[in-house]
Amino acid sequence: MKTDDIAGIVEKHKDDRGGLISILEAVQAKYSYLPENALKLVSEKTGRPLVDIYGVATFYRHFSLKPRGKHLLSCCLGTACHVRNAPSISKEIAKQLGVQPGETTPDKEFTFETVNCLGACALGPIVVVDGHYFSNVRATKVKEILEAARLGLDKGLAKDDSRVFPLDVSCPRCNHSLMDETHYIDGYPSIRITVSFGAMHGWLRLSSLYGRSPATHEHLIPKDTILNFFCPHCHAELNGVSPCSECGAAMVPMMVRGGGIVQICSRRGCKGHVLDLTGVNI
Amino acid sequence: MINLTINGLKVSVEKGTTLLEAAQFFGFPIPTLCHMEGLSPYGACRLCVVEIGEGPKAKLVSSCTYPAEEGLKVRTASRRVVKARKMVIELLLATAPQSKVIQDLASAHEVRQQRFRQEYEDCILCGLCARMCKEQMMANAIGFRGRGEKRSLGAPFDIKNEVCRLCGGCIYVCPVCMLRCTYTEPEKAICGGCANIGPPCVEKEKFNDMMCYMEPCVACEIRKE
Ligand code: SF4
Ligand code: SF4
Ligand code: FES
Ligand code: FES
Repeated sequence: MKTDDIAGIVEKHKDDRGGLISILEAVQAKYSYLPENALKLVSEKTGRPLVDIYGVATFYRHFSLKPRGKHLLSCCLGTACHVRNAPSISKEIAKQLGVQPGETTPDKEFTFETVNCLGACALGPIVVVDGHYFSNVRATKVKEILEAARLGLDKGLAKDDSRVFPLDVSCPRCNHSLMDETHYIDGYPSIRITVSFGAMHGWLRLSSLYGRSPATHEHLIPKDTILNFFCPHCHAELNGVSPCSECGAAMVPMMVRGGGIVQICSRRGCKGHVLDLTGVNI
Repeated sequence: MINLTINGLKVSVEKGTTLLEAAQFFGFPIPTLCHMEGLSPYGACRLCVVEIGEGPKAKLVSSCTYPAEEGLKVRTASRRVVKARKMVIELLLATAPQSKVIQDLASAHEVRQQRFRQEYEDCILCGLCARMCKEQMMANAIGFRGRGEKRSLGAPFDIKNEVCRLCGGCIYVCPVCMLRCTYTEPEKAICGGCANIGPPCVEKEKFNDMMCYMEPCVACEIRKE
């Protein structure tokens, strides 16, 4: 653990009110849990007593003081999932992994947690593995999910493949960064935007790796739906005018830090995208 | 100045006075547990309930945290208040029946029965110790941890920390007293004279060197026999 890392995180959040939670989130994103020494350093750097920080860290379920496994598996036991037999799924997972909720397998592969509602009740019972949502889970499907997680749900990610590289994008209207450093997809900070379709409204997270298209979203979005994209900061609509070369839907432009524009297709499931790092003129 | 009525008596108090302070100043007793002069009000125990307002709008509030309001009608001993207070004591008694402070409260308020399952908790989460440590001892060594069922009081990571000065302030104020800040290290434990007879008094072997000011000490007497 580097003192500088923590100092950097604290420095970054020193101006926002209630910055403690953001600091702890950033520390957890970095180490996957909150190490004792990190909390002490946060206390030192922020000048807040350690008890207060420890109190916050133990209050929220999101924070963990114990090291977590490589994969985080959460089984929803909220009311809606509960009545759809989630307890039997939780039991099945516990049996297959050999650990109880809240524990990590001895080989440090899985951390198993139960949560109380993930806001996707209609799709329940829900199991989330490493940010990937599995809906309508049956006890018989558990094995399959664990297998998939072991193989790596973010597989295909090749950090050493030079055609795959992370982008840092911002809103073309207000220039606020769209990166979300608290949620990683493919091992890099994800891109978080607001989307709407029909009467639904919610967030969508995209992988920041160019050429990859895994996404997580708040609502179930049927394939081929054309989405309206909005900036979460200035709320301007981002859908552009140029059509996708593959399906004809409007493309969504975003600014790339360092110059250039990346465009993605607004149709769910369409892989159309263009990266233009040359013609920068705003 | 703010004018209000306490038990039918018209009084006026300065702005910012709590109902508890006002009532006590004018001689209406209100029992308290988690309130202590010199510490910020916290409103955890609900023992200091009073009734405010009239008719169907009347409600119970904790007087230690409620600021005096213009024209407010306060009753400190209405039937509803007495009933609620007795219930609070009964619940406290179920939580920590071994506490001398709570036993005394129960006898003073004629609580003659205890209908709930006894828990023998070693803390009623009144927060007195944490406020003492923070506001009077300026140490910030202990505080609340976790939430809900798992809420507890103690030092971060449950180990003795460098900021605690072993002043004993927390033990002094604790109505349940379990040597909260030192019991992890029996040789440094100090008896606060709480007369609660907790594990440190009873677990003879581990706490043999504990400083004890009790004379005579019930636990020690039992121990000798
Ligand atoms: S003994 Fe330690 S924990 Fe207790 S009040 Fe003093 S400094 Fe705080
Ligand atoms: S340890 Fe004692 S003083 Fe501290 S919160 Fe618990 S009961 Fe109150
Ligand atoms: S109850 Fe499981 S997602 Fe709401
Ligand atoms: S004394 Fe007022 S709530 Fe405890």
